Amino acid sequence: MANTLQTPPQNAPQAQTLEAPPAARRFAFLTDRKLALLFILPAFALLLFLSIWPLLWLLGLSFTDYSATRDSGYEFIAFDNYVTVLTSEVVHARALTTLIFVVGAVGLQTILGFTIAFLISRRIKGRGAITTLFLIPMMLSPIVVGLFWKFMLDVQFGVVNSFLDSLGFGRVEWLTQQRLALFSLVIVDTWQWTPFIMLIALAGLTAVPKYLYEAAEIDRASEWFKFRRITFPLVWPLLLIAVMFRAIEAFRLFDLVYILTGGGPGGTTETLSFNVYKVAFFGFDTGLASAYGILMVIVVTIAAQFYLRYLNRLQER
Amino acid sequence: MATHIQPEGLADKGIAGETVAPPPRKERKLGSGIEIVLLAIFMVVMLFPVVWMLETALKDTRDIYAVPAKVISFTPTLDHFKNVFSSDSPVFQGFINSVIVAGFSTLIATVLGVPAAWAYSRFALKAKKDQLFFILSTRFMPPVVVVIPVFLMFRDLNLLDTLPGLILVYSAFNLPFTIWMMKGFIDEVPAEYEEAAMLDGFSRFEAFWRVTMPLLIPGIAATAVFALIFSWNEFVFSIFLITDPDTRTAPSAIAGLIGGTTIDWGLVAASAMTFAVPVLVFAFLVRKHLVAGVTLGAVRR
Repeated sequence: MANTLQTPPQNAPQAQTLEAPPAARRFAFLTDRKLALLFILPAFALLLFLSIWPLLWLLGLSFTDYSATRDSGYEFIAFDNYVTVLTSEVVHARALTTLIFVVGAVGLQTILGFTIAFLISRRIKGRGAITTLFLIPMMLSPIVVGLFWKFMLDVQFGVVNSFLDSLGFGRVEWLTQQRLALFSLVIVDTWQWTPFIMLIALAGLTAVPKYLYEAAEIDRASEWFKFRRITFPLVWPLLLIAVMFRAIEAFRLFDLVYILTGGGPGGTTETLSFNVYKVAFFGFDTGLASAYGILMVIVVTIAAQFYLRYLNRLQER
Repeated sequence: MATHIQPEGLADKGIAGETVAPPPRKERKLGSGIEIVLLAIFMVVMLFPVVWMLETALKDTRDIYAVPAKVISFTPTLDHFKNVFSSDSPVFQGFINSVIVAGFSTLIATVLGVPAAWAYSRFALKAKKDQLFFILSTRFMPPVVVVIPVFLMFRDLNLLDTLPGLILVYSAFNLPFTIWMMKGFIDEVPAEYEEAAMLDGFSRFEAFWRVTMPLLIPGIAATAVFALIFSWNEFVFSIFLITDPDTRTAPSAIAGLIGGTTIDWGLVAASAMTFAVPVLVFAFLVRKHLVAGVTLGAVRR
């Protein structure tokens, strides 16, 4: 047994390798703690300067009657602005408009997006190309989307009315008729963001393990059963993430309203964001707009917290 | 278990052909036909507006306003695109400004965001998760609301109507995304690489710079491309913070085209297409990371 053990080499080379360190320890003065601070603080400073400080300023303004166009001072009026906003009939109407828009648009997007994703996931040939083409609307700027549709929905020479005309239906005032204008906004938003839901649903659908379907196949389960018991439960968490994300974004909707309808006709398409804009930049009632804005921020923050907590729970699983 | 080792196709026939394959269901074939038709209809609806805008950009002005609309029968012309790039074009300066703003804001967000993401990925920090969630939640704030105090602040700092002001805003706007997206990429690089380098005598910083950094280049590129797209497409801050025609960015320049009483839709379409094409090209380049990108780095698959 003993002869299997090798004798250690006589002229030990270890001492040589141990001598000079292979790299000069430059920047060794940066301990982990210092490094973490050095790396994180600049990023935090920028956020502090342009995200957090503005919000604090907004909070401060919301308790005053400050106006951006008046040079004279302003007075502290406590919660008056908040009372004004919360009791305003107009704000209630705008909140309802926003709610209808969010529910309508996000609901439609979810149904359509999931349907398309499901159809694509069952195809094998040309899946990549089909997906890529479907994603185009989502990548476009809201300004481009808004202009596309403003042109297509134009009463006189819009292509949609042109089609309706040649099919024998009358022309429709898509963007200037009460009730219909909000519906048009829902349609345009749905056109742009269905791909978003589709993309995420597709990610969920392709992640469903194949063996589950194989097992169901062996049991001769129906397509409906497979969908209800395998596909849907496994995709649902991810789909919910997408829906919550979209709902938060839809709540903040401003750009499409700005380009397509300008809030009209008769304020029927004014979302909360657009109303804040009008109060701040047309009414020049900065204090009131700040209180209005703070209330919106509170709603968004609560929604975002739900979203992030859910995301966190999902990631930890 | 054994079926998994068998080559594809063999498993369907049953082991050694003992069982007969179940007869193909007829309904399945019919269903598949309906599926294809449905998918085709969706595809046409989704793509028609894009095709229509491209056609409008290529039509001469008389064909644009033709009733009934001309879908196929028109002679293409590049006149509108020439107008976009001509010297007295109302939008060309906007495109230059947009390139500057998107480029610099992406650079700043990347330079600040990548190290921060690395620190969040590697170090045990107090309330790390809360910090990260807080950072991301700043991105959810309604832009119209945030722009009110930023407007007042920039008025005091003389940053209104200037490109540096907008660059700063977009950097802050892209930073949460960059941190979250990059943290995902950095988490995928094992920390052991850095520890091994430190055993070899590198300091922590050198380990980051020389070992991890080179592995992150593709991730940084993808993240930067998304940041570019977000800055390029952003609209609300750009119309409120810049009204000067010389410094405004492309989105507000293009939006300015529909302000007057008569609208030159050919020019609008050509500008919109010119504005959209770079985004589509870039998005195609990063399609592998699209899910993470559009959810601000929150969802990774």
